[in-house]
Amino acid sequence: MNLDSAEIGSLLERMAQGLTEALAGTGRMDPLVVGIHTGGVWIAQRLQERLVLSDPLGSLNIAFYRDDFSRLGMHPSVKPSNLPFDIDGRHVILVDDILYTGRTVRAALNEIFDYGRPASVTLAVLVDRCQRELPIRADVVGTTLTLAHGEHIKLSGPDPLRLITHKAA
Amino acid sequence: MTASNIQLDEQGRLKHFLSIEGLPQGLLLEILSTTEGFAPVGRRPVKKVPLLRGKTIVNLFFEPSTRTRITFELAAKRLSADVLTLNIGDSSTRKGESLLDTLRNLEAMHCDMLVIRHDCSGAAHFIASHVCSEVRVINAGDGRHAHPTQAMLDMFTIRRAKSDFAALCVAIVGDIAHSRVARSDIHALKTLGTREVRVIGPRTLIPPEIETLGVHVYHDLKSGLQDVDAIIMLRLQNERMQGALLPSAREFFDLYGLTEERLAVAKPDAIVLHPGPINRGVEIDSQVANGPRSVILQQVSYGIAVRMAVMSMVMSSAAKPEPH
Amino acid sequence: MALLITNGRVIDPAKGFDEVTDLYVSARNIKSIGKAPQGFRPERIIDASHRVVSPGFVDLSARLGGGGAEHGATIVSETQAAAHAGITTLCCPPDTTPVLDIPAVAELIHRRAQLAGLAKVRCLGALTRGLGGEQLAEMYALKAIGCVGVSNAGRAVYNTEVMRRALEYAGTCGLPVVLQPEDYWLGRLGHMHEGSVSTRLGIPGIPATAETVALSRDLLLVEQTGVRTHFARLSTAKAVELLAQAQAQGLPVSADVTIHHLHLTHDAIGDFDSMCSVRPPFRTAADRKALRAAVARGVIAAICSDHQPHDVDAKTAPFGATEPGVSALELLLPLTLELVRGHVLDLSTAIGAITCRAARVLGMQAGTLEIGASADVCVFDPERKWTVTEDTLLSAGKNSPFLGRELVGKVTHTVVGGQVVFDEEVNAPAAP
Repeated sequence: MNLDSAEIGSLLERMAQGLTEALAGTGRMDPLVVGIHTGGVWIAQRLQERLVLSDPLGSLNIAFYRDDFSRLGMHPSVKPSNLPFDIDGRHVILVDDILYTGRTVRAALNEIFDYGRPASVTLAVLVDRCQRELPIRADVVGTTLTLAHGEHIKLSGPDPLRLITHKAA
Repeated sequence: MTASNIQLDEQGRLKHFLSIEGLPQGLLLEILSTTEGFAPVGRRPVKKVPLLRGKTIVNLFFEPSTRTRITFELAAKRLSADVLTLNIGDSSTRKGESLLDTLRNLEAMHCDMLVIRHDCSGAAHFIASHVCSEVRVINAGDGRHAHPTQAMLDMFTIRRAKSDFAALCVAIVGDIAHSRVARSDIHALKTLGTREVRVIGPRTLIPPEIETLGVHVYHDLKSGLQDVDAIIMLRLQNERMQGALLPSAREFFDLYGLTEERLAVAKPDAIVLHPGPINRGVEIDSQVANGPRSVILQQVSYGIAVRMAVMSMVMSSAAKPEPH
Repeated sequence: MALLITNGRVIDPAKGFDEVTDLYVSARNIKSIGKAPQGFRPERIIDASHRVVSPGFVDLSARLGGGGAEHGATIVSETQAAAHAGITTLCCPPDTTPVLDIPAVAELIHRRAQLAGLAKVRCLGALTRGLGGEQLAEMYALKAIGCVGVSNAGRAVYNTEVMRRALEYAGTCGLPVVLQPEDYWLGRLGHMHEGSVSTRLGIPGIPATAETVALSRDLLLVEQTGVRTHFARLSTAKAVELLAQAQAQGLPVSADVTIHHLHLTHDAIGDFDSMCSVRPPFRTAADRKALRAAVARGVIAAICSDHQPHDVDAKTAPFGATEPGVSALELLLPLTLELVRGHVLDLSTAIGAITCRAARVLGMQAGTLEIGASADVCVFDPERKWTVTEDTLLSAGKNSPFLGRELVGKVTHTVVGGQVVFDEEVNAPAAP
């Protein structure tokens, strides 16, 4: 199943609304948005715009926090992590494009905590594949998708954004 | 009789980091971009990433060194590895255990990586060719032959200031003959496509046929520095004055010391590098060393990130995919 | 014994002889070539069809290992390797332990070699005491015990006055002097040829002038003293030029080169291959070319092995920390034949360089198939392929840059003084 930029746009609207409600409901004020490279940053940028926040956007390259280094070695680097603010005591909205096993989010949480002690972390994802391997749950989800065995989904971007399903080789 | 490149595994990944010679441009660029990823770590409250957690890294230093040792130790620790340093500089150990025996003992202790500094050219190659297949070797300086991590941090520093190597003219000044830094810098600059590389020094300190490495030789500092974009000053060791190579440090400074006046013939935005430690008043005067064009302190801070990058890439080649 | 070597291509460069014929040995000597001597009844027949029958090889420099070690190279192991290599006479340089500067050391070596009975060992005595370059050695006593010459064994004699007097004294004793020219100061820090490769590898170099400065000095002293001098192990084109000039002038000088220097250059060192650590060092292709031409022209009279067996530890270290020297006895023949195949030398010149011309350098009676001469003969198969491995080398030294390489040319039988000391069917090492 593929989604074009218009369809993604409406998912983003839904997510922005969901976030506003979730944050208000839990009293999490003045949040910071942090996206996980690369797709999560594209989503985070658009959410940042819709939520009209003043702090700059943060981005995480979780390459050094992955749990598969012994198996797969290091990935060729994407851009380095950049959190241009002080994390201590702040409410963080962590954003990724696709929630799959949950390991990427686990790595991102570990990295965030090496920058400081956030007051809270709210997880927002565009797509939840419902195939988690760790007890990690998104607070705000754009859409859920069940994929067939051997199928993968990828967000292409930065502009236009498209969600593409393909069979692995 | 010519060894195949033992630095690369069958997939062309960096298995050992022994010399810049023999590495393709793409790999050097990968080291530089990986360094970008590690550069911010030292400025965070938690100056660590868990990438090499549980790995054991041994610094095997047969030649004494404080600053290189510290940067390698810090790099390993910031990767969450366990690191220990063996200073095998004293004569009792030298006369006793052979290099190979020292190596076998460390293998028996299941070390993952060895960082070698030795006064014999070729020592790192020797270790890498005798070590068992699980262990990775990084050259922290072997005799006059190579100091590849220093070269990479010099390249990272130049790139941060100047961006495009193809447009640059870079001069290396001083005791080229005895310098492993010079040799590695030359290979790195050439591989990265630097427009022109020059070496400047007295005839006694320029090794024979160095033009075969693709550099231009100058014996006059001012002509050599004309319009250069970056100047790498090398350290002059005291022994050179004893070995009939130079009469005195003063004469060296008079002929080749970098002063503001001599720097003026280079490009106005030229940068000055030095591997350290600096001999003020011998290679370089304080005005230049402390001045706006000196990037010497940046070199020091990048040194840790570069070593983190190299250690990670080298450890990465040990990755073993699980059987399906 | 009465030995018949039949149907081989008999080559004796000393006589310009090259014919397929039979060779007859009786008691210890060569009895006849071509025609059977009257009443000759062979006790043993060696069929040398498709083989070459040449004088046993004469090696001007081969080291026989440290004295007295249980493992490692010994006179027995190395003369065994020499027999395997077709070398029937070899000269041992005086840098033994202890130094060969008193007759007792020479006597011990002669005795051990005789007991082993595998190759004739001729000693070169030291030129100066302890090879220290300061006081003269007792050259007359060394000559009396059988030394065929005196030598500096590559250790510099930097006191020119001492060198002059040593030449004069050797001349007085009637001993030829063998000098390996190396200037102490120019060469002392280096481990390989000073040039583009040493610059790239960062290894201290030995410039060509280390050889030529010493050679020039010594040639002038030879001119002054008129003493017969042989220059050993030349490695530079310039040295060849200087030597040729001196010979043209009529000076009593000769030279040899090692077989490895006719093949390898400093490029062979590659990535610090310590098997290529030798002294004098392997130099450039231009030097190698000049050395080859010099052998072809006769300016360089002889090729030697300069055998230096080392145990594994001596070569297992970073380049600059290893002991120089290659295990070379068993490479002498195949590498010499490779020069013939490469049209660098013709077969007669090549064999002559390792037989009669080598012997003539030191005035030794060896290296010919003259009737009545000692029956020192080598039978070899010039087409036989074999691979150099630790198992196929009989020498205790496995330090060869040619390990793993396939070479062509193998000795099948070696005869010393009429006795068969090597027979490949009996003594060959285990097949690889």
